[in-house]
Amino acid sequence: MTHETTLAVLRERLGADSFTTSEFRDNYRVIVPPARLYGVLECLKQHGGFDMLVDVTAVDYLYYPDARDRFGLIYALLNTATGERLYVKTHLNEPDLAIPSAFSLWKGADWMEREVFDMYGIVFERHPDLRRILMPEEFAAFPLRKDYPLRGRGERHNFPVLTRAEG
Amino acid sequence: MAVRLPENVVATRLDALANWVRKNSLWPMPFATACCGIELMAVGASRHDIARFGAEVMRFSPRQCDVMVVAGRVVMKMMPVLQRIWLQMPEPKWCISMGACASSGGVFDTYAVVQGVDRFMPVDVYIPGCPPRPEQILQAIIDLQEGIRRTGTLTGKEFEQRTKPGAPLPLALSVDPAAAVVAPGDFATSTRVR
Amino acid sequence: MPLDLAESLMAADGAEQEYLWTLNFGPQHPATHTTLRLILTLDGETVVKAVPDIGFLHSGFEKLGEDLNYNQYVTVVDRMNYISPLANEIAWHHAVEKLLGIELTPRCKYIRTILAELMRIHDHLLNVGAAALDLGAFTAFLYAFYQRELIYDICETASGQRFHPSYTRVGGLMYDVNETFVDKVRAFVKDFPKTYADVSRLLTRNRIFVDRMKDIGVLSKEDAINLSCTGPIARASGVVRDLRKDEPYLAYNDFDFKVICATSGDSYARFLVRMEEMLESIKIIRAAIENLPGGPVNVDAGGKVVLPDQVATYRSIESLIQHFEIIMPNRGFHPPREEVYGATESPNGELGFYVVSDGTERAYRARTRPPSFIHFAIFPYLIVGHQISDVVVVLGSLNIIAAELDR
Repeated sequence: MTHETTLAVLRERLGADSFTTSEFRDNYRVIVPPARLYGVLECLKQHGGFDMLVDVTAVDYLYYPDARDRFGLIYALLNTATGERLYVKTHLNEPDLAIPSAFSLWKGADWMEREVFDMYGIVFERHPDLRRILMPEEFAAFPLRKDYPLRGRGERHNFPVLTRAEG
Repeated sequence: MAVRLPENVVATRLDALANWVRKNSLWPMPFATACCGIELMAVGASRHDIARFGAEVMRFSPRQCDVMVVAGRVVMKMMPVLQRIWLQMPEPKWCISMGACASSGGVFDTYAVVQGVDRFMPVDVYIPGCPPRPEQILQAIIDLQEGIRRTGTLTGKEFEQRTKPGAPLPLALSVDPAAAVVAPGDFATSTRVR
Repeated sequence: MPLDLAESLMAADGAEQEYLWTLNFGPQHPATHTTLRLILTLDGETVVKAVPDIGFLHSGFEKLGEDLNYNQYVTVVDRMNYISPLANEIAWHHAVEKLLGIELTPRCKYIRTILAELMRIHDHLLNVGAAALDLGAFTAFLYAFYQRELIYDICETASGQRFHPSYTRVGGLMYDVNETFVDKVRAFVKDFPKTYADVSRLLTRNRIFVDRMKDIGVLSKEDAINLSCTGPIARASGVVRDLRKDEPYLAYNDFDFKVICATSGDSYARFLVRMEEMLESIKIIRAAIENLPGGPVNVDAGGKVVLPDQVATYRSIESLIQHFEIIMPNRGFHPPREEVYGATESPNGELGFYVVSDGTERAYRARTRPPSFIHFAIFPYLIVGHQISDVVVVLGSLNIIAAELDR
C-alpha cells in the first residue's frame, strides 16, 4: 500500500478530520490528538497492514522555540510486507500524561513504553507491568525531561565509602 | 598468620617468596561492564596474551580471585553490586581501575555514572584510555606486580595502613623529581625504576 | 531491584508455587554477556518464568546527545554497540545527514560501506566466538578474536584508534584512507575465508554444539514481527527484511549480495544466519575495495557543514570563518527545525536514530532505536520450558550488548 492508500483507509474509517499529516525527507507523519491515538493505531494495524511497531519514543518540548505542547509521543510503524513506514504522533500536556498502552496491539510495545515512562513520566494505561526499567526503582525524578540537569541532583554519589581496612 | 619469628631475615625471605608467588599468579576478577570488557577479552586472546603473566584464569567467582579489574563505566545501579563483590573477595586483593570511565567517569559526566570508582572503593592501579590498548593493560599488570614485589608482606600487613579513602595509593616507588622528567627518546626514567 | 520485590512479580500458580525456586542470574555472571540481570523461577532445572532486570549500564547517552553537537556526539554513539563501533557512527551520521539533506560523495559512500561490512563481520565474529566460549569451545573464541584483531588493525590504519574510532563526520569522514588501508583490506579479504572454514569446521557440524543449540529458544515468524525483532534474529525466523535491500543507503545498490534467512527460528538458525552473513559481507568488501572511486571524501565545503582543507583555511577568509563556525561552540550547523528518523542495518538489527532539531548545532533530542533493548524483551518468551543451561545459549544467540540495551 502506498501512503495515499493508507491515508484513504484512515479517512474512511475514522473521518477526515481526526488527524493531520506532514512530511519531511521520506518520513510521513500522522498527527492525532491523544484521545484518538489508540483508535488510529488499531486501524493502522488491522486495516493498514502495519504489523511491526518499530519504536515508541517521546520528546520534551519544554525549551523548544514556538512549542505549543510539552510532550510529544511518537509511534514508528512499519508494514513488513510492503516496507512502508508511518510515524504517528500525539501531543500531551501536564497534568494528564496518561495514554492507553499499545501492548494489546503489538507485544513489542512493552519495554519501549516502560522506558518512556521511566524517562518522561508518561503513564500508559492497561500496560501489564509499568515500572521503571533503566533507572533504579527508588529513583524519584524523570531524567530525560528538560528540567532535570545533565549531571543529576547528587543521586550518583550517594554510596558508602569502602576503605582498605574494611576489606 | 600470627607467627612470632626470632629473626627478621627469615621473615623477609618468606615475604619475598610469598610476593613472588602472588605476583606471578594474579587471578583477575573481570568486572567487565562495557567496552573495556571487550579489550580485556582481547588481552586474554591470542595476540596479547595475558597468560604470560599468569593471569589468564579469569574466574568469575570473587572467592577465587586476587585482582578485581573494574573494566568499564560503573553506574549508580551497579555500584552496590561492585562493592558487594569487592567485599566478597578474600585478602590479599588488589584493584585495577581500567579505562577512563572507571577511573574518573570518562566521557560520561551524567546523572547516572559514578565519576570514578575510587570515590567508593580502594584502587591500586589506574589505566587511562578509552579503551586502553591491551599493551597498556599488560603494563598495568606489570606495574601491579612490581608494586606487590616491593610492598607485599606474607601476613598482609601492607593493607592495614590504608584507612583513608579516595587518594591514589602509592606503589612505594619514590622517584627523584629531577629524574622523573622523561625527555623525548629517553625512557630511562619510566615506571620500571630499579 | 531487591529479590523480595521479585516475588511479588511472580504469578500466583496455586499449589505449584512451593516447588518453584528463584535464582538470581545477577548482573555479575560467568557468561560473557555483560551487565544484565535475570530473575529465573525454576522448577528443578526447568525455567518456568524469567524476569529481566536491566539498567545496570544506563549512562544517560540520550541526555548527552542533547548536550553535544552533531560531530561531537559521534564519540558517544561509538560506545553504544561497542562490538561494532563504526556501525553506530554510520547509523548516526546517516540520520543526521538525512536531516541536513546532504548527499555524500561516492568515495565516502564506498569507504563507509566497506567499514560497515567489516563491522558486521566484527560483530558476528564476537557473537560466534562468545557463544562458543560460553559453551566451552575456547579454540573457536581464539580464532575469532585473532580475525577481530586484524579488523582492529584496519580501523587503526584508517582512523588512528583501534576501538572507538569516531571516524565519521557530518558530510564525510575525518580523514581519507590511504594505500595501506587498501592493502590491509585486501589481505583480510584473502585470509578471512580460511579462518571462517576453521571455525565452521569446529562448530557447525559439531554434535555437541548442534545439540545444545538446536530447538532452543524458538521464535516464530508472527512473534518476531509482533515483538519488533529485526536483523539476524528476525531473518532466522523467516522475516525477509534487510534494510540494505529494502531501503538502500550508502553504496549497497551497487553490490550483488544475498539476504540470508532461515525458517526454524531457533538458536542454531541464528548462528547459521550470522555465519553466512559474514561470507556475504566478504563478497561486498571484495567488490567495493576493487572498485573504490577516487575523488574527495568530504562533501564540498561550500555547503558549510565540513571543515575546509588546511590550505584554504589559511589562505581565504571565508574558509577561516567556516572553520571557526564549525569548531566553536554555539555556532555551526544550521539544520532545519524538523524531526527525522533514519535507520541502517547494523549487525544487530535495525539501528535507527530519531533526531529532533531546533535549528542549532546540537540535537534537541537524539533518540536511539536500540536493537538489543528490543531483542532482550523477547527473552522471557523464548526461555520458558528450557533448562537453566539453555539460558546462556539463548542469551548468546540474541546478541545482547549491554551498552545498547541500557544506553
